[in-house]
Amino acid sequence: MTVGGLQAGQELDELRVTPDRFLTVRYAGASGDFNPIHIDEEFARQVGLPGRILHGLWTMAQVARAQTEAAGGPQSLRRLSVQFRGLGLPEHELVVSSTVRELRDGVAVVDTVAEQGGKQIVRNAEAELSPGP
Amino acid sequence: MPVSAEAVGRTFPPALYAVGREKVREYAHAVGETNPLHLDPEAARAAGFDDVVAPPMFVVVYSAPAMAPAVLSPEVGINLALMVHGAQEFVWGRPVVAGDEITTEVQVTDITERDGKGFYVFESRSTAQDGERVCTGTWTNIVRGV
Repeated sequence: MTVGGLQAGQELDELRVTPDRFLTVRYAGASGDFNPIHIDEEFARQVGLPGRILHGLWTMAQVARAQTEAAGGPQSLRRLSVQFRGLGLPEHELVVSSTVRELRDGVAVVDTVAEQGGKQIVRNAEAELSPGP
Repeated sequence: MPVSAEAVGRTFPPALYAVGREKVREYAHAVGETNPLHLDPEAARAAGFDDVVAPPMFVVVYSAPAMAPAVLSPEVGINLALMVHGAQEFVWGRPVVAGDEITTEVQVTDITERDGKGFYVFESRSTAQDGERVCTGTWTNIVRGV
């Protein structure tokens, strides 16, 4: 049995992306989240961070993109839940891995994680995909 | 300062967001989308949409005018300097396209304290001008050292 060509146990294409040095600035403008921990190196260090960190919701958007690119478009993503852990950093490669856990009522349930340098920064994430007809 | 759960159940005034084509494109570029449905009105129309399609996570843009006052509300009492984003869930309905007008309402659904941390949970409900629910969000913010 498959749902839109997906079957249980199948690994979706890995998504690899390296956010460039100014990505957080562009994402701040695009999203409206100007928290200085994402755009001001000095401020980030003052509050005990190693430097500017990625927006969690940008990282979640990469997890979402990994799903929609694998499942045939934006309308296929019905649900996505994630837990954020640790710190995402600019200029380090992010890898999103996804595996179809089961098919249920015409929906593919996918386990997915995002990691940087082998550390999961999005974990216990679950997506529901219902690819078009 | 102990966590107060008094704001649980509180609903904030709905906020309206008008989805614009260039904002969708700006957001799509920032998150690395290359699907022409998000970038090219002709491609979107050819696929049966009225205009460019917002990526699903564009919900963070159209719900922001409703979310910000809730998270910043003195009644909720979050110390922003100590806040981290703990977890997030979105459930989507029909795709949002440029030209849609989305109204979002936010409610505080849970406030608890565990291990010296405050857990603040908000639900956002976003509805398009045609009355269709386009997204429901569950936002969990964690405040350290409460």
